[in-house]
Amino acid sequence: MLNIFVVYVENKPGVLTRVASLFRRRAFNIDSLTVGRTEKPEVSRMTITVDTNPDQAKRIEANLYNLVNVLLVENITHEPAIARDLAMIKVAATHEARSHVLELASVFRARVVDVAPESLTIEITGGEDKIDGLLEVLRPYGVVEMVRTGIVAMRRGTTSASANPAQTKTPEVAADEGVSYSV
Amino acid sequence: MTKTGAQILWECLEREGVKHVFGYPGGAILPAYDALKHSDIHHILVRHEQGATHMADGYARASGEVGVAVATSGPGATNMVTGIATAMLDSSPIVCITGQVGSKLIGSDAFQETDITGITLPITKHNYLVTHADQLARVLREAFYVARSGRPGPVLVDITKDAQQSSCEFDWEAARPQLPGYRPDLSPEESEYAQALELIHKSKRPLILAGHGIIVSGAMAEVLTLAEKAGIPVALTLLGLGAFPASHPLNLGMMGMHGEAWVNHAIQEADLLLALGMRFDDRVTGNLKTYAQDAKKIHIEIDPAEINKNVKVDVALVGDLREVLKELLPRVESVDHTEWLDSIDKLKGDSAVRDVQKLPDNGHLYAAHVINDLWRETRNSNTVVVTDVGQHQMWEAQYFKHEKPRSLITSGGLGTMGFALPAAIGAKVARPDSEVWVIVGDGGFQMTMSELATIQQEKLKINIAIINNGFLGMVRQWQEFFYERNYEATPLLNPNFVKLAEAYGIRSMAVTERSQVLPTVRAARDHDGAVLIDFKVEQEDTVYPMVAAGASLNDMIRRPSPIVETAADE
Repeated sequence: MLNIFVVYVENKPGVLTRVASLFRRRAFNIDSLTVGRTEKPEVSRMTITVDTNPDQAKRIEANLYNLVNVLLVENITHEPAIARDLAMIKVAATHEARSHVLELASVFRARVVDVAPESLTIEITGGEDKIDGLLEVLRPYGVVEMVRTGIVAMRRGTTSASANPAQTKTPEVAADEGVSYSV
Repeated sequence: MTKTGAQILWECLEREGVKHVFGYPGGAILPAYDALKHSDIHHILVRHEQGATHMADGYARASGEVGVAVATSGPGATNMVTGIATAMLDSSPIVCITGQVGSKLIGSDAFQETDITGITLPITKHNYLVTHADQLARVLREAFYVARSGRPGPVLVDITKDAQQSSCEFDWEAARPQLPGYRPDLSPEESEYAQALELIHKSKRPLILAGHGIIVSGAMAEVLTLAEKAGIPVALTLLGLGAFPASHPLNLGMMGMHGEAWVNHAIQEADLLLALGMRFDDRVTGNLKTYAQDAKKIHIEIDPAEINKNVKVDVALVGDLREVLKELLPRVESVDHTEWLDSIDKLKGDSAVRDVQKLPDNGHLYAAHVINDLWRETRNSNTVVVTDVGQHQMWEAQYFKHEKPRSLITSGGLGTMGFALPAAIGAKVARPDSEVWVIVGDGGFQMTMSELATIQQEKLKINIAIINNGFLGMVRQWQEFFYERNYEATPLLNPNFVKLAEAYGIRSMAVTERSQVLPTVRAARDHDGAVLIDFKVEQEDTVYPMVAAGASLNDMIRRPSPIVETAADE
C-alpha cells in the first residue's frame, strides 16, 4: 500500500541526494518526493510516498535514520492526516469548449490561472483522487501539458513533530558558510 | 590561535588519538603533507591508495581504534573506493582524508578533480566536502565520532586545497560535533527483554549465532556467561571467529556456506536462534525459505535497519550488544540442554572421518595441513592471522582455532581479494608486539603485492604464507561443481614468488612437502625481518562441506568418505 513518510532533514547541501541514493541503493521505489523549507530555516521537510508493505516500511524508516543528516522520520500512513497534491493542467479550449471546461473547473473547485486564445490553464489542489478525477473529465478536450507537485502531507490536530525530543535538538544545526543550500 | 587548514588537520588527528596514518601524497593534498613535519603522527607511505584503506581497516580491526588513510584528489581518491566499501560492509571504523581541487575549481573538470563525496556516498557511513578551513575542526571531530560510534563504519573527509592553505582561528573546544539527527545509542524496551527471556526459558534446542558485533561491542565475557549460564551452544560467523573461544565445549564452530556440517544441521534443527551482532548474510543462511523453520528468532543488534532485513525475527533488541546482555544476563535462568548437546555431538562423528587431517599421507601437501600446522606452532603466541578471500580463507576458518577476539582479520562482507597483505601491515603497525601472519592465495597476493615495499620501508616483521595452488581456487571450485569443470580463466601462470620476495629484500622459501611445513614456519618465526613462504599445495583441492548458493543450509556437498578418496587416488 502507499506509505506516506514525513522526513525532517538538516538543510544542508547534498542531503536530497543522500535520501534519493538510499532509496535507489536499497531498491525501495519512490512514488513521489517533495521537499521544501519549514518554519525553521535550518530544517527542510520531505514528504515521500512509497508503495510498500508494513515490514519494508519499517526498514525504510530505520534506513532513513541511518543517514546522519536525517532528524526525524514519521510514517503517517495510518495517522489522521491531510495529504495534498497541486496540479496545473493546460487544456486546449477552443471557443465552443471554453464554457464546458470552465464549468468543470468550478465543479472541482479548481482555479483558472491563465487564459490564452487556444488554451486554459487550471490550478487544482487536493487529494490525488480529486486531481485524477478532474484530469479524467478534461482529457476529452485535450490536455496539452500537465505538472503535479507530488503529495505534501501533515498530521491533523495539535500533534506536531516539534513535540518530539529529537526535533528539539535542531537549533544546534551548523551553518555552513559559503555553500549553497541546495538540500 | 590562528592555524592553516593543513595544521588543523594534523592537530585534530592528534587530539583524536591518531598515532599512524597510511597515505600517498599528490597535488591536491600537498599542503597537508607540507604541514606534517610539525606533527608527531607517523606517516606510512603505501604503494597504492587501495593499500592505504586496507591498512587503515586492518589497523582498526586489530586495535579497535579508528584507522586513517590519506590520498590526493582524483585517481588517489578513486583508488580508495574498494577499501572503503570493504570497511563499510564489515563495519570497520576508518577515516579517509582526501585532497580536493580548489573550491573555485569544483565542477570545472579541473586536473585530478573527481566528485569523491558523490562516488563514496553509498559506501560510507557519512562523508564531507570541506571548502573552508574554519569548518575543518568540527567536521573532523564529527568524522571520528561517527566512524567509531554506533555501528562503526568508514567516513570520508574531502578537503579542498584552499581549505588546507587558508588560515583561521583554531578552537578545539568550540568545534564540537553538531549531529542533531545522529542516534547511535538506542536501547530496547523493557517488554522486549521480557519477551526474549520467555523465549530463552521455553527453548529446548537453543543456539547462539555469534557475529562480529560481539567483538566490536567488546561483549565476549557477556556472551560466554550467557552461553554457560543457559547451557546454549554457540555457532559463529566468519567475522565472529574469536568472539567465543574455539576450545570451549559449547563452541560448535563456523556456520554457513563452508561451515561445519553439524553446525548447519544444528541451525536447521534448533527451536531458538539467538542472533548476537550478526546480520543473517546470505552466506550464512542459504535459502531463506527453508532457513531454520522450526526456530523462534531473537535478534540483538545495534543497527535497526538490520532487523527483519533477511530473516523475520520474533523479538528484536536494538542496542549495543554488551549493554543489552548486561541487562539480560541477571534474569537468565540456568537451563539443562544435555539432550540437545548430545544430539549435536552425534552429528560431529560423521564429519570427523571425512577430515582431510585424518586421511592417510599420500605425499600431497594440502592447505589444511599447512594451516593446521601453523596454528599448532603459533597457538600459544599472541598471533593475528590476516586472510585474503577464497579457498585459503575458508580453510583458515576451519583449521585455525581462534581463542581470542581480533586474532583473525578478514574481508567477510565484500570479499575483497588483495585485502590481506595491506590489512596485515595495518595490524602490525597497530600491534607491533603481536605475531602477524598473512595467509593469502596466489591470486589475491598478486593484487596488492606492491605493498611488500611498504613492509620493507617500515621494517615490519610480517610473515606471509602464500597458499599457492596455481588457480583462482574458489572460482575453480565453483567451475568444478556448477560449470562442468570448465576451468575458464582460472589457471594462473605465477611469477617465482621466492625470487620476487628476495627482490624486495624479504627472506623467502618454498615448501612442497608436509614434513617441511613446521621447520619452515619455525625458521620464519625466528627470522627478525619479514618472511614469505610459498606453500605449493595440491592444485585441485576443494573446500568441504559446501552449501551451494541459494541451497538449503542442510543440503551440503560433502567430502567423499575416505574409502572413496583412496580408491580414486589409485
